[in-house]
Amino acid sequence: MIELRNVGKRYGNGPASHEALRNINISIHDGEVFGVLGSSGAGKSTLVRCINLLERPTSGQVLINGVDVTNTHGKELAQLRSHIGMIFQNFSLFQQRTAIENVQFPLEVAHMPRKERVQRAEHLLELVGLQGLEQRYPAQLSGGQQQRVAIARALATDPTIMLCDEATSALDSTSTAQVLDLLQHINRTTGVTMVVITHSLQVARALCDRVAVIDGGSIVEQGPTEALFAHPTSETLRTLLDHEHMRKDYTATPSAKASESTKQSANNLGETR
Amino acid sequence: MIQVITAFWNDYGTLLIDGTVDTLIMTSISTLLAYVIGLPIGVIFCLTQAQGLHPNKPVNAITGWIVNIGRSIPFIILLVAIIPFTRLIAGTSLGIPGAVVPLVVSAAPFVGRIVEQSITEVDAGLIEAAQSFGASTWRIITRVMLPESLPSLIRGAGITFINLFGYSAMAGTVGAGGLGDIAIRYGYQRYEYDVMLVAVVLCVILVQIIQSITDSLAAHVDHKHR
Repeated sequence: MIELRNVGKRYGNGPASHEALRNINISIHDGEVFGVLGSSGAGKSTLVRCINLLERPTSGQVLINGVDVTNTHGKELAQLRSHIGMIFQNFSLFQQRTAIENVQFPLEVAHMPRKERVQRAEHLLELVGLQGLEQRYPAQLSGGQQQRVAIARALATDPTIMLCDEATSALDSTSTAQVLDLLQHINRTTGVTMVVITHSLQVARALCDRVAVIDGGSIVEQGPTEALFAHPTSETLRTLLDHEHMRKDYTATPSAKASESTKQSANNLGETR
Repeated sequence: MIQVITAFWNDYGTLLIDGTVDTLIMTSISTLLAYVIGLPIGVIFCLTQAQGLHPNKPVNAITGWIVNIGRSIPFIILLVAIIPFTRLIAGTSLGIPGAVVPLVVSAAPFVGRIVEQSITEVDAGLIEAAQSFGASTWRIITRVMLPESLPSLIRGAGITFINLFGYSAMAGTVGAGGLGDIAIRYGYQRYEYDVMLVAVVLCVILVQIIQSITDSLAAHVDHKHR
């Protein structure tokens, strides 16, 4: 169980300061896939980084399994982070390490003996469908393959929580579908709690049990994905849904009609505002 | 023609070989020691920056000062100005030991700066990823920052080596010898242009060789750009 209680994050002091998060209250249950949905700059990344304390909240509390971890430091923080895997938009793989060496990194941090480490890394790469590519460097892998290496790396220490920061945003549609399938499969088979940051409704729909919509550093609504998308109450989500319709119209209609449908969607947009 | 070369070789061969060896010894030792001092300076400079892992304004400012002061003093002045210090460290201000001390003092701040630049090039996302796995600062330095910037660090070491190669010519003033010293003494002071020319050509060849070695070494260890 991950709980954020009145979490706020402010950068800087005085008039030049910037409030990135305001009054965030979220409870994420064990084993669920929780989405944080919002457009860029809304505060999604900051929010998710408050969970493994890559960002320190400036107010409020972060509780993991009922324990307040907001002020954890040093060895305790390292210990906490070993239970929280993370994957990133741009994969963040170590470029001078092979795939298998990348997966071993968290295990090195955990001081696992070399032999065990290699075995575990081999197993994980197999799990994500990359057997045979252990000795490749990231530059020799496709985007989808790189993100799988990153997933294997995030799972190395058998975490109970996995944070996914726009994990598919840098991928083409085929790789996106594959990575989403893989994440879903991992969630179902291991029961790892997933926190998924995304600006994509498609990703939220495909993956998330529940979603929180964030805008301007505040959560504007949250609830089960389907119910929320069927009856959006916030303008933010409505706008996002409208944009999606607009894109669909745009791609569905031949070019001659495209301008007309765009106009129509623009009108719809205007109405909702 | 062959006779001319043989005669020249008989007269100056030993001198030029000794000069080459002296230059290489001086430059190699100085580069190595400059890194022993400069590498930690560069790392500290990086860590203490505002966006670094351990932001610390005073330490960062002091490191920055040391680096800039060190880099702004012309080598020939430094060579003479720190003679007392050189004597304290090397026991003499003459010969190769007398040259190595000022060479190191002059190169270490430069090394600090280029190490800092190499490390800064490492994608911040990688540092963040390492942090997210609970890696300590020491581990991030030794297993992420330095390995990830290794190709760049090697290129920097090549530049340092070649810089010191050039500076070592002035080390002749304190009797350390070397190719540069030969070129100055024989060519500039005694008008023996043939000796100077050969010494200069040797310098050019050596620099070329060093540059290609560091280039291919950097390419060899780089797995990002291939």
